[in-house]
Amino acid sequence: MSSIKEARHLFHFAGLFVLAFLVFLVVRHYVVPKTFGQYGHYRGAAIGDVAAHPVRFAGHETCEGCHTDVLDVKSKGKHAHVNCEACHGALANHADDPSIKPVLPDTAMLCARCHTASAAKPKGFPQVVPADHSNGVPCQTCHNPHSPAMDAGGAK
Amino acid sequence: MNISRRQILVLLPAAAVAWKSVLAGTPEDSPNYRMSDHWWGMLIDIPKCIGCGNCVRACATENDVPDGHFRTWVERYHVTDENMVSPQVISPDGGKEGFPVAEEDAGKYFFVPKLCNHCADSPCTQVCPVGATFVTPDGVVMVDQKYCLGCAYCVQACPYGCRYIHPEKHVADKCTLCYHRITKGLTTACCETCPTGARQLVDLKNPKDPIHEFLKTHSVQVLKPQMATGAKVYYNDLDGSVR
Repeated sequence: MSSIKEARHLFHFAGLFVLAFLVFLVVRHYVVPKTFGQYGHYRGAAIGDVAAHPVRFAGHETCEGCHTDVLDVKSKGKHAHVNCEACHGALANHADDPSIKPVLPDTAMLCARCHTASAAKPKGFPQVVPADHSNGVPCQTCHNPHSPAMDAGGAK
Repeated sequence: MNISRRQILVLLPAAAVAWKSVLAGTPEDSPNYRMSDHWWGMLIDIPKCIGCGNCVRACATENDVPDGHFRTWVERYHVTDENMVSPQVISPDGGKEGFPVAEEDAGKYFFVPKLCNHCADSPCTQVCPVGATFVTPDGVVMVDQKYCLGCAYCVQACPYGCRYIHPEKHVADKCTLCYHRITKGLTTACCETCPTGARQLVDLKNPKDPIHEFLKTHSVQVLKPQMATGAKVYYNDLDGSVR
């Protein structure tokens, strides 16, 4: 009987541990985000956070939905696989609200950016030294950017 | 304003529901997307890259990348005949505004676009002390910017130098493979604007993706294969001098 009485303080001590563990469980429940561990050792909802970022480039399928006339010209030319926003820039805002008018790109700068001759470019890629090639005459005088071959005619 | 007890009984649960939806953030705008159906990567076709910098600019526009930091960038290699092991590499402002004209002299020049390799066994996710960076079930390496402490362990752990500390948010930032686009059926901003098709988003779990035929018929390499990172950015015709 006396030995149980002497062990009582041990029970108190064990009770304290159980209580601390329960407090730990409760705190953990509130501190750890709900989706932590959903897919692995991270917050599952973080994937949705990243996916919620707004889209700026509409994608060429969206452009082609309305601008079928340009698509007809472009799909027959050398630039068939150059997507619209490669030159025209990010235009998701224009696709969402057509009243937002995009700025016409600077043709001379854009042409030169890709087609200026450099030893680092692939050999088969069409390249010119702009000063020698046109002597200052704007590119679109002879080339239509949507279908750049000479027989396709210049821009309207 | 007087509110009756009856009105409070109606308003309180409504407010609780509204608050819950605020806490949950914007719901994912792609209900048909299933993570288990995809395993994303990218193909870089080196012989097609012209170093125009479209990808670098498009990435910065799409993802609000701060000036002087890059989620993708383009390097120009110059390898001379006498020295194959230490090429001269330049990347002025990440190649954002193109490159100086290369003169026809001894040796060869070529461009190498770089980005996060979205490694399957990525060293950067393994060192994070708080579980703020991870590989998603569809194979994209991501940062949880609400959880990140900005300790930069991951920045120094990435063997490819693809991470940086965001100068305003003070958390790790990196390529998300345009996760907000690919989950909506679009391609990445860099692939969308690449004029020559040198960059292509690939889905290795899609049996109809042309990548499978491409990998069979071309000499394709990943960067630093000796590190066994499980890199998923495949480089076609990669020169041995590329680091």
